[in-house]
Amino acid sequence: MTDPRSDRRRPADARDRHWYIDKFFEILMFLCGISAILFVVGIFLFVFREGLGFILQDMNFSEFFFSPKWRPTSLVRPTYGILAMVAGTAAVTVLAMAICLPVSIGAAIYIAEFAKGRTRETLKILIEFLAAIPSVVWGFIALSIMNPLIIDLFDAPMGLGVLNSALILALMAAPIVTSLAEDAFKAVPDTYREAAEALGATRWQAIRQVVLPAARNGLLSAGLLGVGRAFGETMAILMSSGHSINIPTSIFDSFRALTATIAAELGETAVGSPHYRALFAIGIFLFLITFLINMAADFIVRGVRKG
Amino acid sequence: MSGPFLSSSGAPPPEPAIRIREFNLWYGTFQALFDINLEIKNGLITSLIGPSGCGKSTLLRSVDRINERLGYVRIRGSIEVFGQEIHAPQVEPAQLRKQVGMVFQRPNPLPISIRDNVLFGYRIHHEKGGRLARSEADGIVEEALRQVLLWDQVKDRLDHKATDGLSLEAMQKLCIARLLPVKPSILLMDEPCSALDPRGTAAVEELIWELRDRYSILIVTHNMAQARRASDECVFMLMGRVVEHAPTDQLFVTPAHRETADYIEGRFG
Repeated sequence: MTDPRSDRRRPADARDRHWYIDKFFEILMFLCGISAILFVVGIFLFVFREGLGFILQDMNFSEFFFSPKWRPTSLVRPTYGILAMVAGTAAVTVLAMAICLPVSIGAAIYIAEFAKGRTRETLKILIEFLAAIPSVVWGFIALSIMNPLIIDLFDAPMGLGVLNSALILALMAAPIVTSLAEDAFKAVPDTYREAAEALGATRWQAIRQVVLPAARNGLLSAGLLGVGRAFGETMAILMSSGHSINIPTSIFDSFRALTATIAAELGETAVGSPHYRALFAIGIFLFLITFLINMAADFIVRGVRKG
Repeated sequence: MSGPFLSSSGAPPPEPAIRIREFNLWYGTFQALFDINLEIKNGLITSLIGPSGCGKSTLLRSVDRINERLGYVRIRGSIEVFGQEIHAPQVEPAQLRKQVGMVFQRPNPLPISIRDNVLFGYRIHHEKGGRLARSEADGIVEEALRQVLLWDQVKDRLDHKATDGLSLEAMQKLCIARLLPVKPSILLMDEPCSALDPRGTAAVEELIWELRDRYSILIVTHNMAQARRASDECVFMLMGRVVEHAPTDQLFVTPAHRETADYIEGRFG
């Protein structure tokens, strides 16, 4: 018989091969985990560094936000007003959400509350497939299918503009809004539906009076993330908007989006020039807005958890 | 159904509240109920006892057809509520559930105000034409909450959300209260006290006993002491079949079947 205490007298070094492998992977995983944060901070710093010079030296705040004249290449007097682009981006985002939200939430209600088995799985796969289409393909659809369609249907002079972009954006945002809304419905305990139905409510009454109010915060956050998606989209908008600087007054008007401006012009400016830095200032503006939207969505979902 | 069947004291009502005949039920391919024959008397409290998985909750949940929500349930046989076959094609579940109210194992108030919880069922069944007048609604809410002895506790916070800040006992009472304005004639209760502490159990049992005169109550319970002290008749189920149905005193004192005796003496279950 060995004395159990004899173990203690053995040298206490348990650092064998497995210990080192374990430590190595622990550190590796830690680095992977914080890399996301490092990249976000890095991007933020880079965009700010490039844009800050413009903001401090050349930017005229009232011109930047309130002038619709974006003439960065003017030889006489370059102006950097983003009002027209803000108006265009806002108009298209609002219209896209007006189209996307009812359809997506309806689809989510069908998938979460009515569809069963095969139908449900097939629908979910199809919606995920929709999310996997590259944005340049959406742009191509906008140019080659929607453009002539809008001209024919509405007798419009041009098919590229707010309506075209909004339809494309609605389709692009639909998958994420639908699957987030479905999650919101899934998070409503089934006992609520059962209780409502046991009191004599039909399926629809239970959904309208109990499930929808209970899922409200989740739906709001799904909508906000959809807005963020629409707001930040670039390529499809560049191809579907017509890209002319113009405050749109009808849904058939061409417009130019903030994102598309950066994409189209950044490659043609001299690094460090006022124009280059003005584009970065737009980037900062976009960054702040999407950041706020995502934060709001996050806070709203947290509110759900607490309630 | 077997065993001696004595009528309870008092005049026997002419018609049973629930009559179940040759009722079989399958969850997918699993058969949960076998040839159930049962008559639940009007105006009494009948308790359903038996070990876990014997089908007592399934049977209860078949009476208001809430089982159908699952989608993979098949049935054969008949259930009549006051002489009306509930599976008849012209019967809508909503109509049936107006007559047959249900209390669940876990208190499940809806995530709306206490007031709206009480009015939920009433609105569904009565608000076809127009909205309910405020004064009428107030009267309904007060009456229902008084009947479940909850009025004094919640009268100052009727607009608070029912899922926050109420004890389980109060929630369960609220779940009973919201059935009353609908004026059901039958109440189904699926282990209504199992989530409650002993004090809450006593309070809810007392309430059930108070409701006895106005409703026919069918109650599933795991707790034999509860069945014994709080029911008029008792049904013992085992493995998806009804073994014995008798007045409670008789079933507990002189059970006719060996299995019943073993179960109530605690030899299994």
